Amino acid sequence: MSAHLPVLQVVVPLLAAPFCLFLRRGRAAWGLAVLASLASWVIALALLRRVLAEGVLSYAIGDWVPPIGIEYRVDVVNAWVLLIVSTIGAAVSLYAGTSVEREVEAPRIPLFYAAYLLCLSGLLGITITGDVFNVFVFLEISSLSAYALIALGQARRALTSAFRYLIMGSVGATFIVIGIGLLYVMTGTLNMADLAQLLPGVWDSNTVKVAYGFLAVGFCLKLALFPLHLWLPNAYTYAPSAVTAFMASTATKVAVYMLLRFFLSIFGAPFSFGVMALDRVLLPLALVAIVSMSLVAVFQVNAKRLLAYSSVAQIGYMILGLSFATATGLTATVLHLFNHALMKGALFMALGCVMYRVGSVHINAMAGLGRRMPWTMGAFVVGGLSLVGVPLTVGFVSKWYLILAALERGWWPVAVLVLLASLLALVYVWRVVEVAYFREFPGEEETREAPWTLLGPTWALVALNLYFGIDAARTADIARRAAEVLMAGIGS
Amino acid sequence: MSSIPPFLIFFAGALLVPFLRDVPRLRMAWLVLIPIFGALNIWGIEEGYEVQYRLMGLTLTVVRADTLSLLFGYLFHLGAFIAIIYSLHLGRRDNATVQHTAAVVYAGSALGAVFAGDFITLFVFWELLAVSSVFLIWTRGVRSAIRSGTRYLLVQVVSGVTLLAGAMVHWHQTGSLAFGEMGLEGLAAWLVFLAFGVKAAFPLVHSWLVDAYPEGTPTGTVFLSAFTTKVAVYALARSFAGEDILIYVGAVMACFPIFYAVIENDLRRTLSYSMINQIGFMVCGIGVGTTLAVQGAVAHAFNDVLFKGLLFMSMGSVMYMTGKTKASELGGLYRTMPVTATLCIIGALSISAVPFFNAFVSKSMIMSALLEEHKNWIWPVMLFASAGVVEHAGIKIPYFAFFAHDSGIRTREPPPNMLVAMGIGALLCLAIGIRPELLYGLLPGEVDYNVYTLTHALTQLQLLCFAIAAVAAFHLWKIYPAEIPSVNLDVDWLYRRAGARVTRFVGGAAAAVDGVFRGVVLNAVRGGIRGAFRAHGPRGVLARTWPAGSMVLWVSILLTAFLFLQLL
Repeated sequence: MSAHLPVLQVVVPLLAAPFCLFLRRGRAAWGLAVLASLASWVIALALLRRVLAEGVLSYAIGDWVPPIGIEYRVDVVNAWVLLIVSTIGAAVSLYAGTSVEREVEAPRIPLFYAAYLLCLSGLLGITITGDVFNVFVFLEISSLSAYALIALGQARRALTSAFRYLIMGSVGATFIVIGIGLLYVMTGTLNMADLAQLLPGVWDSNTVKVAYGFLAVGFCLKLALFPLHLWLPNAYTYAPSAVTAFMASTATKVAVYMLLRFFLSIFGAPFSFGVMALDRVLLPLALVAIVSMSLVAVFQVNAKRLLAYSSVAQIGYMILGLSFATATGLTATVLHLFNHALMKGALFMALGCVMYRVGSVHINAMAGLGRRMPWTMGAFVVGGLSLVGVPLTVGFVSKWYLILAALERGWWPVAVLVLLASLLALVYVWRVVEVAYFREFPGEEETREAPWTLLGPTWALVALNLYFGIDAARTADIARRAAEVLMAGIGS
Repeated sequence: MSSIPPFLIFFAGALLVPFLRDVPRLRMAWLVLIPIFGALNIWGIEEGYEVQYRLMGLTLTVVRADTLSLLFGYLFHLGAFIAIIYSLHLGRRDNATVQHTAAVVYAGSALGAVFAGDFITLFVFWELLAVSSVFLIWTRGVRSAIRSGTRYLLVQVVSGVTLLAGAMVHWHQTGSLAFGEMGLEGLAAWLVFLAFGVKAAFPLVHSWLVDAYPEGTPTGTVFLSAFTTKVAVYALARSFAGEDILIYVGAVMACFPIFYAVIENDLRRTLSYSMINQIGFMVCGIGVGTTLAVQGAVAHAFNDVLFKGLLFMSMGSVMYMTGKTKASELGGLYRTMPVTATLCIIGALSISAVPFFNAFVSKSMIMSALLEEHKNWIWPVMLFASAGVVEHAGIKIPYFAFFAHDSGIRTREPPPNMLVAMGIGALLCLAIGIRPELLYGLLPGEVDYNVYTLTHALTQLQLLCFAIAAVAAFHLWKIYPAEIPSVNLDVDWLYRRAGARVTRFVGGAAAAVDGVFRGVVLNAVRGGIRGAFRAHGPRGVLARTWPAGSMVLWVSILLTAFLFLQLL
């Protein structure tokens, strides 16, 4: 059984998805979704444990020996990402039960869970596979189900947002498949490890460079790097709360993982940083994203949209870590994947609680909620502090490594900029806090605290924010090992 | 008995406070016990006691005890004890749970900061100080308090971020995070210096103090006055003792608030200005840097907590009983609050450094150190500042609140716990004044100083006589505003005119510099925000919802640019 863990990681949610449709009843579908996501969370934990103890795991699908057959290949990097995705997946599935009943029409609920599980298995599949074409297949699975999930939002603009995301997502996926195709033409293989062996021989060819360009733009589109982020704010704003929490904490993280895997593990750090100057291309975009998108967030009037822009800024931090082109920088990136998932998950879930009781996440609609919904707003405040990077939260740990990496390269202005951007984060978090705590609650009607079925998962993530903010040794150690694996390339 | 880090007792104590909401008596007992437990614990801490903790591959020194940190440790326990007693009467109406919890966490953070052995620990407590103390302002609940509390928080957080930035640069350059002597050289030191300076209310970055402290709750301001700035003074003494620039900064701090304090109508704001003035003496002493000067500075910090606390407590009592703090609205309260008035006068005598009161024993040390080091033109400046203290704090505060014209307010003495707290403060002011060796024994290093010599006493008495004579002269010529019987709301205006003879000249210049500085910064900030809004606001280029076509355009632009660059 334990030998088959890699494949079970993907197969469990993938097979559970169609059963959700057959179950027809919302509650039952939810139960199945929870079971499947919890199972994949347990598997991810077991995988990470094994990888940390034993090193790389390789699993040949259907016993077809790689590089001919499809290989699932788990090392520290993707075991880590698997854990991120499945942790959020489990928390959101628990949370979705109550939230989705309120926000999605009853007949569509089984559909919702089917799409949710498909999306989850797609993201897990992208992460675990060691075959580049398989990446594309799972990318399409996760993207298509994501469009459907977003379109289930209450507002009519959810449809147009999902449609715009569909266009952009498809463009991105097409670029990626073009890049993969070109690589296949040059090397005749789709296996990642094999590609890493063969590519140095054809570094000079223009085809490889063109493939690199297509892949770069495709990934940046999927991970919403400025200025390719334009699909993201609307998609996050109008999706159902649970979907936003899930997508914001997982989809972009997996896209960042793809970028790291392709450009560092497969092409190799010497090629990416030495020949293609990836770091110099990404650095300005990351910096602009951090500052400019934080500023945009400051001026937003819808809290969900505010956090969406903040996500684009936070993606800037991850890419910034990569563009330092050092092990410390990568450590910051890998660490922030996890930390950002925890904080944004908690924040969007808290907004989901507000949505559940108030029916709106407009900042003005949150007046006086500090007293009416103390636990919800408490979660928001802690998540917000984490976003700002206050000590004793995970946000601080990320900022710490990022600034260390900047200082290591001697880039003072970048370090200063990161600190200034933290202040911008303080401003936009503060705007919500001020309204919630210092404005009088309008109207007489009884607005109560959100039910514990929503608060439980939310506070679980909040607790993780604090726990890993205080005891960062373990996460930092894993991130450092992952960064070393990435810098070394897959071949070695 | 082995000791535990001092801040832990306060934090653990704070945890329990919210659960005692419905048993006020038990809560009172618990609150008083916290600093007592703390004191028992800190008594067992020896010099050289250290607690280390490993975090992210760094070894942090969470507790480092030496005479300097222990002195502040004792002081903060004492300050917390007095302030807690002073605030025991708070009930549900005053948001007691929030105030008590915040105050205890705040005191704990101050302890954490002075025992911190490295910059990261210091930074954590630095920020906790800000975050916990702001609740003591917010809970007053009026709009102005919420706004100024928010401004206060922002300034304090910026100071913390600056500190962190400095610490990281320092670490990067030297590989050490130890919080110790720094010397004002290089970017790291300047950043740290700036962070300390903001918290110590250096000129031009002082406005948070006079903005926020008078807005706190009557009891909250007593806590505020005890901790934040003293932590900054401690930090300066720890890292920048003997930096010449501090002498001048301190001199400016000691002088410029006098003009503001004289014309200020709100008595708690007057005290806040007076606070900057007192910190000026400490900063100046730290700047001189000799053993005697630094001893004087920290001794003065110790005394300041007592007498400034006493004055804030007396004004807090007045405010609690009458709801007023404006000089123009108060007066004649000695009839109904004789005990408070007496205690306030003791505080006023102390701050004026009258012999046998505590400020005398510490301020004299700083003044002597100035002379010993031949700072011959700083000495008279500080002397002038001392005279100013007598005027704006020593005479003005008790005079306008309790004497002057009769405001017609008839009230009662404040609750007994407030009186007890003030009584303890007053007793300590006297005790240290009469037996200075009590304090000298706690100071770092051997104290080789005799405060009760003829010269010191004479100088100070002459100064006092001069200041009192000046006030008397004002009375005689009827230019001291409160003499005019018709003063009511106009007091504010009149006394600006009365003070104007002296003030407009000197204060005007200071205010002009301050005003220009503020104007420039404010305009820059406004312009910046406007510009940012144009591009980033909801309708700005960067925040609009773009059609799919233009998104794809960006994709193609990036792809083209990438390919162009690579294939060139």
